[in-house]
Amino acid sequence: MTEVSVQGEKRNRNAAAEFTRPLLLSPSEDLAGYVMGHLGLTILFLITTTSVAAVFLIFYFVIRESLPFFTTGGGAAILARVREFFTDPGWYPSATEPRYGALALIVGSLYVTAGALVVAVPVGLLAGVFLSDIAPFNLRQICKPVIEILAAIPSVAYGFFAVMVLAPWLQTHLGFSSGTNALNASLILAVMALPTIISVSEDAMTAVGREIREASYGLGATRAETIINVVIPAGHSGILAAVILGMMRAIGETMVVWMASGNASRIPSPWWDLSQSIRTMTATIAGDMGETPKDSEHYYALFTVGLTLLLFTFSLNLLSEYLLGKARAGRGRR
Amino acid sequence: METPETVPLKKTDAGHAARPQQFAQAAVTESSEAVISARQFSFFYGAKCGVDQVSMAIRSGSVTAIIGPSGCGKSTFLRSINRMNDLIPGSRAQGVLAVNGHNVYDKRTNLVNLRQQVGMVFQKPNPFAKSIYDNICYGPRLQGIRSRGRLSEIVEKCLRDAALWDEVKDDLHKSALALSGGQQQRLCIARTLATRPNVVLMDEPCSALDPIATARIEDLIAQLKGAYTIVIVTHNMQQAARVSDETAFFCLGKLIEYDRTEKLFTNPSKKETEDYITGRFG
Repeated sequence: MTEVSVQGEKRNRNAAAEFTRPLLLSPSEDLAGYVMGHLGLTILFLITTTSVAAVFLIFYFVIRESLPFFTTGGGAAILARVREFFTDPGWYPSATEPRYGALALIVGSLYVTAGALVVAVPVGLLAGVFLSDIAPFNLRQICKPVIEILAAIPSVAYGFFAVMVLAPWLQTHLGFSSGTNALNASLILAVMALPTIISVSEDAMTAVGREIREASYGLGATRAETIINVVIPAGHSGILAAVILGMMRAIGETMVVWMASGNASRIPSPWWDLSQSIRTMTATIAGDMGETPKDSEHYYALFTVGLTLLLFTFSLNLLSEYLLGKARAGRGRR
Repeated sequence: METPETVPLKKTDAGHAARPQQFAQAAVTESSEAVISARQFSFFYGAKCGVDQVSMAIRSGSVTAIIGPSGCGKSTFLRSINRMNDLIPGSRAQGVLAVNGHNVYDKRTNLVNLRQQVGMVFQKPNPFAKSIYDNICYGPRLQGIRSRGRLSEIVEKCLRDAALWDEVKDDLHKSALALSGGQQQRLCIARTLATRPNVVLMDEPCSALDPIATARIEDLIAQLKGAYTIVIVTHNMQQAARVSDETAFFCLGKLIEYDRTEKLFTNPSKKETEDYITGRFG
């Protein structure tokens, strides 16, 4: 074998050729190294695949538990159930003639999410621009961690603030009949989405190369012109991803909307009336699940709501991954 | 903070009359006026001194090369001329650096106008992720030119001046990022010319390019000479010898020698210069 010949050459006079350690080892000769190497790889692989498997299992479980909602009535009933679920605004699971129309819940979720984005996107993007291009270095070093603390506050604390502080304020100052309503939930969700939007959009704009900024300044552009014409277009994928991540935060949030939205499952009319109470998909699941017997129709209906929600966030997640990937690719090209 | 940069021009003239004279004799051979003149100019990054009391005068329409080992302050000096160093936090200037007789570090300096009169080409080609056409139009549009006909004229003229027109005339609306490195750099030069500058600063414009692309940029510099005052920082001494009329040698932030290129490379008067150009250090 080769290692024998390496050993044999040990007494070579030429010191540069004197290799004292064998360069080739078969697994049997280096058993400990071989076993530890493969064992380590296997363990790390298993740990990583556990979380991947968890995602698939969640999908499997949610789909399995929601399918009976459509299939129990037999073939012809499936279409009727689908139509009822997506077009009926009435969610009356405990009525003598129960109705499982999730339209009001879906609209409610989209409603508070849109409301939150209307506030959080402009504020978040302006703050991101300020931090990336305008704020002096020291101020940025202070502001970023403080803003990120916003994301660390438990959502029930936000909910508490919504009920105890914001709701009475809305009632006394804006004259709303109920303080827990769509506006209240939207405002609190906006604050909760802000750290994500600020942080990710700031990263996207900071990542725009210094060369590109210099090119713009060198041609006589002011700071505002540079931000608008160069920095924001170059960082647009990351900025869009920031908005979508903020949107996911808002649409998936449960505790705050449960406490702040008023939980009335109806579509506001007129549609722009933010002072009305609404109910979201998340709050419905959290609120109803405790009193629902397993394997009842209501139980299956709640899982169907969950599946709808999961599909929303899943597609948003895919979209944000795609945009962030595009942003990274753009950065690599520079 | 002391604000020596706001000291009126006249006082500084009187105070340091002796030093610029010394260089004026050596370098400015013809009667053309100095378009850029530094008097006791220093530049600091925090406590670190990047450029140390440099005095030199660059005459209008010439090509001036700045050479020197890495970290000698040549890029810092170049970037001070149109105040690109302002972007670096904690930076500070002292003394006078005048363009067309006006101290650019005066508080009243309008950076937009300064940078349009004193354009810059950077080390790495840095076109915007826009079309070739929009890259050229960036500066003119900032100046308020909106007419399509006028913009197209500018695009054609600048691309011709930058010797790029024949290669890209059919692809004006394609992304500038699809061009080769050498083409991108010529596009960046065209983009700089589009703001109609008097001075073009080039910060190692060929260091990211292959020899063929480099030769084309050098030809371009020779064509632009006279119409523009060009100051070029380069690591490549052959390049400095090929393209420039005058050469300045910087070392450790100081201006060691500044003379006609021919003289500086064949018969340098300072020992350090000779050591550097013969490759004994740096």
